[in-house]
Amino acid sequence: MSMALLEVKDLSIHFGGVKAVQNVSFTIDAGIVYAVIGPNGAGKTTLFNLITGIYTPTTGTILLDGESIAGKSPDELARRGVARTFQNLQICMNMSAIENVMVGAHLRLDRNLIKAALRWPALRQRDRELHAEAAELMQFVGLKNYVNARADSMPYGALKRLEIARALAMKPRLIFLDEPAAGLNPKETIEVDELVRKVADSGVTVVLVEHDMKMVMNLSDRILVLDYGKKLTEGSGVEVRNNPDVIAAYLGAHA
Amino acid sequence: MKNNQFLGLYIIMAVLLILPFVLPNSFYVDLAIRMAINAVIVLGLNLLIGFAGQISLGHAGFLGIGAYATAALPTHFGWHPLLAMAAGAAAAGLLAATVARPIFKLKGHYLAMATLGLGIIINIVVRTEARWTGGPDGMSVPPMSLAGFEISGDKHWYWIVAILLSVSVWASLSLIDSPFGRALRALHGSEVASKVVGVDVVRYKVAIFVLSAVFASIMGSVTAHYVGFVTPNLADFFHSIELVTMVVIGGMASVYGSVVGAVLLTALPQALTSFEGWETVAFGTILMLCMIFLPKGLVPTLAAKFDKGE
Repeated sequence: MSMALLEVKDLSIHFGGVKAVQNVSFTIDAGIVYAVIGPNGAGKTTLFNLITGIYTPTTGTILLDGESIAGKSPDELARRGVARTFQNLQICMNMSAIENVMVGAHLRLDRNLIKAALRWPALRQRDRELHAEAAELMQFVGLKNYVNARADSMPYGALKRLEIARALAMKPRLIFLDEPAAGLNPKETIEVDELVRKVADSGVTVVLVEHDMKMVMNLSDRILVLDYGKKLTEGSGVEVRNNPDVIAAYLGAHA
Repeated sequence: MKNNQFLGLYIIMAVLLILPFVLPNSFYVDLAIRMAINAVIVLGLNLLIGFAGQISLGHAGFLGIGAYATAALPTHFGWHPLLAMAAGAAAAGLLAATVARPIFKLKGHYLAMATLGLGIIINIVVRTEARWTGGPDGMSVPPMSLAGFEISGDKHWYWIVAILLSVSVWASLSLIDSPFGRALRALHGSEVASKVVGVDVVRYKVAIFVLSAVFASIMGSVTAHYVGFVTPNLADFFHSIELVTMVVIGGMASVYGSVVGAVLLTALPQALTSFEGWETVAFGTILMLCMIFLPKGLVPTLAAKFDKGE
């Protein structure tokens, strides 16, 4: 039997009196697309922030490959192959587009300060290879035309993809995409849908927060539904769609 | 951009080579040396402020550590000047590393206040430990000689400082265009994004703070030797502010901007002497106009204009 890649048990975080996530448990198997949905304020992004080390849980456990990662710093999680994008763009506007992707490969590089200042040949050579690799990644996410662009000159939709390229540059095992289609027009949404499929097909386990239900139903193997910080249900697309609690949560009816 | 990255360095080197033959008298040579010394300090400070997005309002303190190490250790203990210079740099680096961890847990105003306090403490120590430092009167610096050859006067120091400046520009350009430099710029651009790709942000902030402190300390030693005398003014708050102003006027996150800022603000007080008594007002007015019309600093603003023109 195969062990789950990610196992979350009784996870909670409280901000003062606000219980943003309460006793949420689920497991994610390697190689699948897993979606987290729920109304606004349901705790989806908070859940991402807990698992990717931005927040420390109040209680509960998070196991990656059976090892506890709760409360570990984001850079430690990066070392373990966890990547993420942000709902509100987190692009370094002071850098070029391709440098934003290259910084994703941070942990795979020689980061020595002295060698850098001395233009150490091996380090420069590796950086040139990385530049080519990053250009390929930009092509993969559909940003071929922006390889020489400055980040602050790119449109919103392209920046969303740039975040995905940066996350992929980490060569992650597990990638968290926080609303990759938010703010995009229908055509761009379909393109991102295809991109997420491509990412999943390349062998990366994808965890997705998304409001676009068509995209969620189309992509996801399993869906977790949150409401007011609690797990409402979990299951396949069909199961979730027909669940009366889910319909109630979204439409506001009293079940 | 990649191809002409070093163009500015070649121009700087050419100017440094020609200058001694065209400068009319030692007044200008002295000015050139002080410009170059400031330029190296500002390069280090710009890595911290412009590239990494942090602030230090106490950098003259590190300058003071280098200067006084160079003056006091040979005077009181008979140390070799080079050893004293290295000890000063190590002390500045160590102090920076020790205080940096708690300091970089702070952000914004708190970071400014903490570095400000650090600079003031160093200045107070220098002023009050008169037995070792000469107190407010300062102390003279024993001459430096290497293998029986005494280094003194404009000529020698000009070339030493010229080489230091060229190497510093080259090393800074190399550093920012490297994995280390990218991480540094990334944590400025988006701290949370740099964290999730694996950048240990506190470590990087500490490293660049230490590096800029060492830059400042070494140039403090050089200043002490060149002038032959050190006073606490070298390490005071106003000097710290002057250095930050050079970074801002020349251009944040611009290697060449650091050099331009240092050159202009070192020369400006000299150029304004004709205003007799009003030079501080004129100086302040020029700074304000720069900030209003060139908020990104001289070099980045001009570079953007030039890019658009093409």
